[in-house]
Amino acid sequence: MSTKIGLDRLIREHPFFQGMDAEACETLAGCAANERFNGGEYLIRQGEAANKFYLIRHGSVAQELRVPDRESIIVQTLHEGEILGWSWLVSPYRWTMDARAMQLTRVLSLDAECLRGKFANDPTLAYELFKRFIPVMASRLQTSRLQLIDIYG
Amino acid sequence: MTHNADPMRPIPYRIHRVRSELADTFTLDLVPEDGVHSLNFAPGQFNMVYLFGGGEVPISISGDPARTAPLVHTIRAVGPVTRAMKALGRGDTVGIRGPFGTTWPVIEAEGSDVVIVAGGVGLAPLRPAIYHILANREKYGDVRLYYGARTPDDILFLSELREWRGRFDMIVEVTVDSARGYWAGRVGVVTHLLERGRYDPEETVALVCGPEIMMRFAIKTLNQRGVDNDQIYVSMERNMKCAIGFCGHCQFGPYFVCKDGPVFRFDQIASLFSLREL
Repeated sequence: MSTKIGLDRLIREHPFFQGMDAEACETLAGCAANERFNGGEYLIRQGEAANKFYLIRHGSVAQELRVPDRESIIVQTLHEGEILGWSWLVSPYRWTMDARAMQLTRVLSLDAECLRGKFANDPTLAYELFKRFIPVMASRLQTSRLQLIDIYG
Repeated sequence: MTHNADPMRPIPYRIHRVRSELADTFTLDLVPEDGVHSLNFAPGQFNMVYLFGGGEVPISISGDPARTAPLVHTIRAVGPVTRAMKALGRGDTVGIRGPFGTTWPVIEAEGSDVVIVAGGVGLAPLRPAIYHILANREKYGDVRLYYGARTPDDILFLSELREWRGRFDMIVEVTVDSARGYWAGRVGVVTHLLERGRYDPEETVALVCGPEIMMRFAIKTLNQRGVDNDQIYVSMERNMKCAIGFCGHCQFGPYFVCKDGPVFRFDQIASLFSLREL
């Protein structure tokens, strides 16, 4: 069983939060929980409320687009040290893809409602988090563009 | 070095074996018709392969440089000549001129870590360098191969990738642009592997081969990681005809790709690489 102190350390050690000060990590730990998914289990379902984001600590996750009557298409895989989910930042706060654990996957989940509450009282914390999310969003946009232009064609 | 006294005269080679690699890609194993002609080549070099009555195309050599026979070419059927070559079978004859061009810096890279970045059929021109490096493994530091393909069905040399991955002295990472549910590997672009790879930029020599757009983004990522342009080598592709720097078809700024390339140290051509028209 992880304690809040343990979660604080896990947050601090995750590459996404590299350089974040200890106090902020401790605050974030108040919104965090350890979760584990077996291979094949879904962390996220397209269209459902986006009320969390995940720090992948171990394993890998496939982000899938569901296509009616056809097999889902994997558009990206995420691995240890990466984060999953930014729909919780953007209205209407719904997941736009499924996310399936490809193997036993351990994550830290951070609760969106809890985080929004902390941000209301601490804009610096919000800024620090957004500063980390924006490069991830930019990188994923760039990835999508490269996939769109079919760079191996 | 070419072993043919007249570099414009093709030497007849017989197809010993045809291997289907992908839906549009095949490998020809060739042996000289006279049974004696031998063709020594260095990793990165190419031959002009002549389909008699059809046309001639530049094709990188994809075999082991330590073995002079058979001569191995992996070809993607994308134009009229290569599509016609796809219909050839064992016993058919093609003409070979070469080998031509510059080479991957496998000697210069001794003592360094090597990062090999390949996209699509771009793995074929790099395979001789990989064979050489693995045959002389003790002369290199860490060796990493980052390979990207469109889908799992487009992964070239899959069995060899598995074999290399099973070695304990080489890191092999493969990613595809998209996949269906059965795929257990990575999905994403090859640049993502470079972003996250645990290589030491200061000690790295990078060999990059693939479509130009892929190379551009791969180089950008290598630069961001701290690998300088003089540590990066690319293999360029242009419309080559004579292969000896006479005809000018493959001119690339002040260079002829057939003679000054196809392998360039990137700082030589960095200023030309992003020009809109050349």
